[in-house]
Amino acid sequence: MNKVLAAIFSLNTLSAAIRMATPIALAAMGGTFSERSGVINIGLEGMILTGAFAGVAGSFYTGSPWVGLLLALFAGGLLAAIFAIFTVKFKANHVVAGVGLNIFALGLTTWLMQVLWGTRGTSPNVNGLPRVTIPVLNRIPVIDKLFANQSPIVYMMFLLIIVGWIFLFKTPYGLRIRMTGERPEAADTLGINVRRIKYFSVILSGVLSGLGGAYLSLGHLNWFSMNMSAGRGYMALAANIFGQWNPLGGLGASFLFSFSEAVQIRLQSINLGVGNELIQMIPYVITIAVLAGAVIKSRPPEALGEHYGNEK
Amino acid sequence: MTENAVDMANITKKFGETVANDSVNLGVKQGEIHCILGENGAGKTTLMNVLFGLYGHDQGSISIKGRKVDIGEPSEAIDLGIGMIHQNFMLVDRLTVTENIMAGAEPSKRGLLDEKKARKEVEEISARYGLHVDPGAKVESISVGDQQRVEILKALYREAEILILDEPTAVLTPQEVEELFEIMRELRDDGKTLVFITHKLKETMAISDRITILRDGKNVGTVSTEETSPEELAQMMVGRDVVLRVEKNEKETGNSVLEVEDMNLHNPENNLTLKDLSFEIEAGEILGVAGVEGNGQLELEEGIMGLRDLTGGTIRLNERDISNFSTRERRGAGIAHIPSDRLRRGLVTEFGLDWNMILGSEWSEKFSRKGFLKQGEINTYTRDVVEQFDIRGTKGEVTAGSLSGGNQQKLILGRELTRDPDLILAAQPTRGVDVGAIEYIHKKLLSMRDEGRAILLISAELEELKTLSDRMIVIYEGEIVARDKTGEFSEEELGLLMAGKRGDNEL
Amino acid sequence: MNPKSIWQRLKNLSGLSELLYSLLAIVFALLIGAILIYLSGHDALGAYYHLFVGAFGSTYNIAQTLLKSIPLIFTGLAVAIGFQSGLFNIGAEGQLYWGALITAIIAISLPNLSGFVLVPLALMGGSLAGAIWAAIPGYLKSRTGAHEVITTIMLNYIATLGTTFLVKNFFKTQGPVDQTKTIPTQARLPKLIPNTRLTWALILGIAVVLATKFLLSSTSLGFDLKAVGKNLSAAQYGGIPARNVMVLTMAISGAVAGLAGSTIVMGVLGRFITNFSPGYGFTGIAVAVLGRNRPIGVLGAALLFGALEAGKVSMQLFTEIPGDLLTVVQGLVILFVAAPSFIRLFSTLLGRGKGLFANE
Repeated sequence: MNKVLAAIFSLNTLSAAIRMATPIALAAMGGTFSERSGVINIGLEGMILTGAFAGVAGSFYTGSPWVGLLLALFAGGLLAAIFAIFTVKFKANHVVAGVGLNIFALGLTTWLMQVLWGTRGTSPNVNGLPRVTIPVLNRIPVIDKLFANQSPIVYMMFLLIIVGWIFLFKTPYGLRIRMTGERPEAADTLGINVRRIKYFSVILSGVLSGLGGAYLSLGHLNWFSMNMSAGRGYMALAANIFGQWNPLGGLGASFLFSFSEAVQIRLQSINLGVGNELIQMIPYVITIAVLAGAVIKSRPPEALGEHYGNEK
Repeated sequence: MTENAVDMANITKKFGETVANDSVNLGVKQGEIHCILGENGAGKTTLMNVLFGLYGHDQGSISIKGRKVDIGEPSEAIDLGIGMIHQNFMLVDRLTVTENIMAGAEPSKRGLLDEKKARKEVEEISARYGLHVDPGAKVESISVGDQQRVEILKALYREAEILILDEPTAVLTPQEVEELFEIMRELRDDGKTLVFITHKLKETMAISDRITILRDGKNVGTVSTEETSPEELAQMMVGRDVVLRVEKNEKETGNSVLEVEDMNLHNPENNLTLKDLSFEIEAGEILGVAGVEGNGQLELEEGIMGLRDLTGGTIRLNERDISNFSTRERRGAGIAHIPSDRLRRGLVTEFGLDWNMILGSEWSEKFSRKGFLKQGEINTYTRDVVEQFDIRGTKGEVTAGSLSGGNQQKLILGRELTRDPDLILAAQPTRGVDVGAIEYIHKKLLSMRDEGRAILLISAELEELKTLSDRMIVIYEGEIVARDKTGEFSEEELGLLMAGKRGDNEL
Repeated sequence: MNPKSIWQRLKNLSGLSELLYSLLAIVFALLIGAILIYLSGHDALGAYYHLFVGAFGSTYNIAQTLLKSIPLIFTGLAVAIGFQSGLFNIGAEGQLYWGALITAIIAISLPNLSGFVLVPLALMGGSLAGAIWAAIPGYLKSRTGAHEVITTIMLNYIATLGTTFLVKNFFKTQGPVDQTKTIPTQARLPKLIPNTRLTWALILGIAVVLATKFLLSSTSLGFDLKAVGKNLSAAQYGGIPARNVMVLTMAISGAVAGLAGSTIVMGVLGRFITNFSPGYGFTGIAVAVLGRNRPIGVLGAALLFGALEAGKVSMQLFTEIPGDLLTVVQGLVILFVAAPSFIRLFSTLLGRGKGLFANE
């Protein structure tokens, strides 16, 4: 039992949890922007996956993980653009289209990996992103582990969350996004281009999710495996809801999920002898518990999921 | 001779097969208050939406101050100095007054919102025209009258010279209407041009300089206000002589049908609480509930129907305590319900007429056997009701969504009133319905009353309440502030009571 | 009777424009699939030829097509039933896993019962298991508003992990594979066409399709279900206990999904094998959407996807094109069918007349 507690509360687990929160928090903020503009984004899972794949593909063909990173951002954005066209222009039901997008992305990445590398399990190893250590901060005891030897995307994530928060709540464009998600008619009558805002927000969510995916395949590991996202996109959705459509809240919520994931991995390595499967369930059970508990008080954007069909 | 502020020439706008505006000509002089008068569905809002760039138009042209323009979207209208105050406010509840006003035209400093500057400008305009609001308040927490001021401020903030107001008085007490008219006169005297859309004759006569009447999408004439009369206007609006009031018989006393005692209810969504409501309705009586919308009418409606839980008090129907009954049980016990929002709460627009006709009765013995629907019975019943209630537009396989507003309302009436109810809860029964159907519905409600049924009538139209109700109660912020026989209330008193200022009537 | 008015009459048959609609979506999706095949250096026409032959080229192949479509009939129906009531049941996958496991356990535990009793018992058990697993998110949604998309997806993961755990630790048979013992012979479903693997599960599937159709069009419960789906407020105002209906709908949906698992165990596998499903629950979503949430439509869509599955084997064999390409097609089908304006745009472009889809 002591071993279990030690595993849960060790600094290593904590540091791992912060790292693993990265893809979820990035995708969650993506979800925040998308939903704040009124578009439900179930497709985060597919966007993470596509980003992960594109990252490895880019690194594979150019040898540079940074090119891979850029490709991941581009791929995530592109997939999101497709999603935006279907939901905004063609007025597809957001949830159905999101599910379709995920199936599409899963099929696409799995097919492509066979076309490119002839394998359906794991891609060949590629050059991953180098680990970075931040000087000064890595000498402070206790939090030193957080700033030593981390993937750069982790640092990017923290920065982006703060920038994202400022952007959403303190800039003119952020105000317009929020108005669009609450009452598109109101935004329209003020001369705000509702369509453009939705496109922007959705594509942004794809870029952010793509970055999260790149973390998985280039930052954390250095290969791509089939269906690598493993449900993180859905956790990101739940994190966004739990975080009340706020980038900072989303980060906190993501941490909750990643912490349970980190604990689960540590417990498995201890080899308790009892079903690993039960331990693996923990993050998913927590997601449900969070949703069931949090949603009672939650307040999504008023016009979430609606189509603003302008009669012209 | 100065050009008109607005000239709309031969404007035609179609939605599929329906012609909403048919070669409409409109000329609005600069610095006047011009009223566009017409029944529901006459095409007034459509015409103004065309002017504001929310709709395109199929034919015709628009000129502003003599110059021909092409208004493709609201931002272009705004650039031309046109501002629109919509019937349903275009406001975001969760944002502050200032945020609502500045969105789209935000002052910014180094990329960040400069709220202080915006707030200052808002306060300046407020002071100039007497439009007082708290710039930092969230829209959801201010009164409806104040919300309307925010709408006006939005237009003025963008330096609008031409202001379009779409049915602005629907949500105001008589006093607030007067205040609005004062502001409108101020704006006009300051050189602004105002276009005022309404279906209310009295208001038109009170505020406008000239009036254009629309009927069935066509312009049937433009008159100068001082040269016309309500009767003439009504005649032009409807195309025939209109009976402005329905005759009512004397009321016979009867047993108590509905008894509400110390009803308490809390709605967390808008933080409104009904406090200790108590009243009674006898058989053969219509009790009217007067009040500005949003003062607890919906909560009262839903509380009686069992759609919301009471936090205290009892409800008795025919002496039976139904406080713990489910909605289905209450309806079964003899309550008919005509909901305030027929599209959102009264009908399933995708269902056909037959299924809408049995909504609520799909498990009853009349229409089902052990859970299996008796389609034959359902069809017969539907046919009968359609005939009895004169529901039009029912040829072929139609869905309820394709009927006109008046016919939809008649469908609901037909469904509810043929269930032989003891109590009828009618909320906004003639909203958005053309004059012919209004007459029908009023006559029907009165005949139900004469048959000995009890009716709880909730309405925002004072005329309707005064015509139909035997007694009235006034509701304000969740409490009953006055009750009396209808005849004892003067319009002035009602207005004061609806605005929360106590009167002399007994409680 | 001139052709125009016949066309008009046909068009008004509510099924027809929907059918054309779905067909267009499939055509588009396959078109893009073909482009992808071409881009990856293969012969698209050849690939689709093998796909077609693999699905319909012989009695055995047709039987395979029918066989592969059976689980999709069930999962497609399950999702469609949910949709009709406004609920997104993405959890068919988890529900079918429990259905399969419980069916296997019942059959294995009662080897001495006659087939007449054991078969229905095992089916009912599997169905009930699925119903319960689906009722959970239904209850959570009705009580707390927890969005069922996420909860059902989470429960899918929990179901696959849970069934694996139970089999590994309590029901495992000897050998390296994580699977249960075989079920007794009398619990296996009889074959429909000799020398194929097609069983009476197909008949069961069609029966459930018809039962669902009847439920939705002619029963009071079906009325409540649809009313809640189309207009929740109006349904509540009419006295329909919406919360109860939601949970009941999910339970019915789960019951049907559970049968998907049961029929696989009793018809094809003869036992429960961990992680046996190649995503029937998710394909079921495509089937439901393509079938426009109508029972007969779902049947047709399931057959189509069954054909794709059967043909996929042949295509992979002869052309080395990875079968996952068809997953891409599936995703595209969902996207296209879900986008009404897209189809309408296309039909206007082709000048087929705005009237064709005017009723959409």
